[in-house]
Amino acid sequence: MSMDLIISALVTTIGITTPILLAATGELVVEKSGVLNLGVEGMMLVGAVTGFAVAFTTFNPWLGILAAAAAGAASALVFGVLVLTFGANQVATGLALAIFGIGLSTLIGAGFVGMIVPPFTSIFPEELARDPFWRLIFGHSPIVYLALIMVMVVAWFLKSTRWGLVLRAVGENDLSAHSIGYSVIGIRYAAIAFGGAMAGIAGSYFSLVITPMWAEQMTAGRGWIALALVVFASWKPGRLLTGAYFFGVLMTLELYAKASGFSFLPSQFWASMPYLMAVLVLALISARERTGSEAPACLGKPFMPGE
Amino acid sequence: MANLSRRNLLKVATASVALPMMGANGRAADALKVGFIYLGPIGDFGWTWAHEKGRKAMVDALGGKVVGDYVENVKEDASALPVLRDLAQQGHKLIFTTSYGYMDQTVQLAKEFPDIKFEHCTGYKRADNLATYNSRFHEGRSVLGTIAGMMTKTGTIGYLGSFKVPEVVLGVNSFALAAQAVNPKVKVKLIMIDSWFDPAKEAAATETLANLGCDVITSHTDSPAVLQVCEQKKLFGFGQGADMSRFAPNAHLTAIEDIWGPYYTSRAKAVVEGTWKSTDTWWGFKEGTVVISPYNKSLPKEVAAAADKIQAGWKDGSYDVFAGPISDQSGAEKVKKGEKLTDDKLATIDWYVKGVEGAK
Repeated sequence: MSMDLIISALVTTIGITTPILLAATGELVVEKSGVLNLGVEGMMLVGAVTGFAVAFTTFNPWLGILAAAAAGAASALVFGVLVLTFGANQVATGLALAIFGIGLSTLIGAGFVGMIVPPFTSIFPEELARDPFWRLIFGHSPIVYLALIMVMVVAWFLKSTRWGLVLRAVGENDLSAHSIGYSVIGIRYAAIAFGGAMAGIAGSYFSLVITPMWAEQMTAGRGWIALALVVFASWKPGRLLTGAYFFGVLMTLELYAKASGFSFLPSQFWASMPYLMAVLVLALISARERTGSEAPACLGKPFMPGE
Repeated sequence: MANLSRRNLLKVATASVALPMMGANGRAADALKVGFIYLGPIGDFGWTWAHEKGRKAMVDALGGKVVGDYVENVKEDASALPVLRDLAQQGHKLIFTTSYGYMDQTVQLAKEFPDIKFEHCTGYKRADNLATYNSRFHEGRSVLGTIAGMMTKTGTIGYLGSFKVPEVVLGVNSFALAAQAVNPKVKVKLIMIDSWFDPAKEAAATETLANLGCDVITSHTDSPAVLQVCEQKKLFGFGQGADMSRFAPNAHLTAIEDIWGPYYTSRAKAVVEGTWKSTDTWWGFKEGTVVISPYNKSLPKEVAAAADKIQAGWKDGSYDVFAGPISDQSGAEKVKKGEKLTDDKLATIDWYVKGVEGAK
């Protein structure tokens, strides 16, 4: 493999990885606060269609991304009201959100099927990205850099800021956090909205960057991979970044293996590879840390201070 | 419109759901109810969209005599069974299942409901009340192959497939043979993405083919993703199932359009008139189910002429891309000189022709 080819393959990998990384980063914060939102796929689709609709009508992809974030957050807050204010079951509500998002995005997008917008690619001057190596650094859509920045911001926020500590406390022991005066519900609302916004931006990466169009269910299950990735990363941002790129590299390798005629393994094996690896890694992690799970202790449990 | 029937609940349960959509134009009490199950969303601008156009054409053509309902996003697994049963119990007397993966489910339902006529698209299992139908897409693929073989500068053309099923394998072979006929040294690189609809993966696979030197890329998946990537990378591509030139005005050389309306109309009419029989229909250019979209204005005249010649040849029967000699990837002769692949062989084909790289 020549250097050019490796770089081109890396560019493809970055494209595959970015939306999963964005959505997973948001979900990580949500789960760290003790809430399990399984509706990532639905929020991504709502973001994808809203981002496209706004970019199409305003001719401005930046407004599209903002709208995608807002729409993702709004759909997440519907979930928030149900599980936080009304104490609904998080798993069931999350699944409902996923299905609701598919339906809602189909409805909103009905008028936009078959439309296109210019692809939201690199904002750097084209000369900078002409050389393959520099293309690897400057040749991407702004959303790619945003995804990387957000992982670092989240890592820093959770580890080194006071509010990050509070958020973790809420996820580990909601009653204690409540008893020392923090608003468990308020913090969880904020986390849920953040997760929704990130999922929305992840969705807009599909409809504005990869394929600048709207097609029903165009995220094709990436939301579920993002959910698995959070567990795979055992709720650590650093591992999330590595894990996301690990998935991305495997998916790219699958394509190159197929095109190059590595047919000693059936193609279905390559397609299932990322999932097999996820199972394997999960098994290894749980074998090593049998003494205690790394999941936030309050994950998925409703907060009921009155009881 | 939105009836809260068991179907909808089941659809939720199988998580294969969009909004429950039922076409309900002009319901007459004694109208024939025709049901369709679709693999993708009707907005996919490809395979499912073409079937939906066919359904609408049928309803328009037969006026108040026929009502057409559909369920979209039905998975090719056991979850198709309850959806089909529901259509059957709601009084649909003719049901079209529009993807290869519904084969065994359709066979089972045909046994359970002997009074209902079923029609399975692209399959090969039939019964007294189960017909099969298909379109000779591979005829169209040979036109694309001819164009690709003449347009490539690198001598490597890309093919993005979905699954290794006869319909897709036929397309690959037809495309490769036609390209080799005009450009003997041409190589066809093939990637199967194990999905019919996944724009992100389709885009990544197209990038991969481009990186490996392909400058003309065709696809047998359901979204315009391939064309959009070709447009960005200044390569050439083709529409699949519909004219997709709006997605890629420069890259889109032409497209194979699936036209199902005439078939659906004739079959629904046969049920109304009581003349329906279980048949195996395989129409193509001649009958108008395969249509080539207008060529891109930039297509050189001699390429357009060569492509026209192939189309005309299919129509008058003077051309067959599967005329021997043909060998498989290992070089073993599969079709002798002077012979042709018969329809039986075509319908169950599972090998690629020589010159196809990267598949098994």
